[in-house]
Amino acid sequence: MKIIESVQITEAVKEMCIEVNYKLSEDMHEALRQAGEREESALGVQILEQLEQNMKIAAESKIPICQDTGMTVVFMQIGQDVRIEGDYIEDAVNEGIRRGYKEGYLRKSVVGDPIFRKNTEDNTPGVIHYEIVPGDKIKITVAPKGFGSENMSRVIMLKPADGITGVKQAVLETVKAAGANACPPMVIGVGIGGTFEKCALLAKKALTRKVASYSDIPYVRELEKELLDEINGLGIGPAGFGGTVTAVGLNIETCPTHIAGLPVAVNICCHVNRHITRVL
Amino acid sequence: MEHHIRMPLTKDKVKELKAGDYVYITGTLYSARDAAHKRMYESLEKGEVLPFPLENQIIYYMGPTPGREGQVIGSAGPTTSGRMDKYTPCLLNQGLCGMIGKGKRSEEVLSGMKQNTAVYFAAVGGAGALLSKCIKKSEVIAYEDLGTEAVRKLYAENFPVIVAADSEGNDIYDIK
Ligand code: SF4
Repeated sequence: MKIIESVQITEAVKEMCIEVNYKLSEDMHEALRQAGEREESALGVQILEQLEQNMKIAAESKIPICQDTGMTVVFMQIGQDVRIEGDYIEDAVNEGIRRGYKEGYLRKSVVGDPIFRKNTEDNTPGVIHYEIVPGDKIKITVAPKGFGSENMSRVIMLKPADGITGVKQAVLETVKAAGANACPPMVIGVGIGGTFEKCALLAKKALTRKVASYSDIPYVRELEKELLDEINGLGIGPAGFGGTVTAVGLNIETCPTHIAGLPVAVNICCHVNRHITRVL
Repeated sequence: MEHHIRMPLTKDKVKELKAGDYVYITGTLYSARDAAHKRMYESLEKGEVLPFPLENQIIYYMGPTPGREGQVIGSAGPTTSGRMDKYTPCLLNQGLCGMIGKGKRSEEVLSGMKQNTAVYFAAVGGAGALLSKCIKKSEVIAYEDLGTEAVRKLYAENFPVIVAADSEGNDIYDIK
């Protein structure tokens, strides 16, 4: 049994909220740099250069990479041999978000009720997912999600007969409809299988994998490559102004499902694909 | 084609701007996004006056991050314009001359732009740090309770945009 104080969780979440909004992970940064070399449209190249410059300014002038610093999605993988002392874990995480968004000069983008829409003014509550895992550690992943791209995401309940062709079509149509709204070049998370909510969660998790890190399952890896190629053939391009780089990564997660179903979730993310992980 | 324009924007100037042109804007811009649009729309329905004049002006669909000490504004890139489509035709009828955002507009907006000789610009989404450097002044002038969604009067210098849709209905998101 290992004891972890809730204040450690709060502090970690706070720091991660700030760091992730000012600096992209190295894999994402590298993927964007490589995109510049592949882009064939002159305007597209120019846009990608602006994004590179934007990241430089963000780091140097301490300005968030994007003004939409997101709704804060947090994945908590809690070892079953951990005991948390202090505050209720959910409060500890939200307190971290509250402090991070205040001290980090991040935007408060959350409304307390979906219909009456009054801003909560501290970006809480976050969307927190808990998972109990073996071991005595807590692994925290903070992944703020911008809504320009979130709004373009979809869950599609396919039929088993639709098979892999149906999955491809669902992904391509979703990306096409997302277009410029999702601030391309995009990163795409796909969840296949499970139930309605499970595939959505898998799609979100897929976005927290390293960009273009391929699946271990051979057919899934093939599908990831094929889809990425086809998406880049759509012509949407950087900022949606046309070009050959529409997405820099596509990750798929799969899981068992029901005999009657083939749920597919497509979580669209923009080039500001933010995620950071820490282990306590 | 490249243009450097100074605000206010006249209809003659709007007519010269064609989809795909590069434009650098200097002068006053007003920021307003979802919640501010809803309020303006409701004000107009009630016959009230708006908190700022729309005639020959540009609305920038943007809600910034808070600026630090010594910064005019925080990150300040465009938000998705399509969410404002419901409210836009009515603002165009009030004399609004231009909008800055990202993504496609509805048929209603494009035809309202034709009728009223207005232009729709796209700024690069997700380049909020870069764009903030072109904003030299920022002041909340209405709906302060909306936080980031309050209306701000901005002074921009060489703010870089691309004409996404012109007053003749040409749309860069369609041409490619
Ligand atoms: S979609 Fe992404 S890059 Fe675009 S405005 Fe939203 S968070 Fe920023």
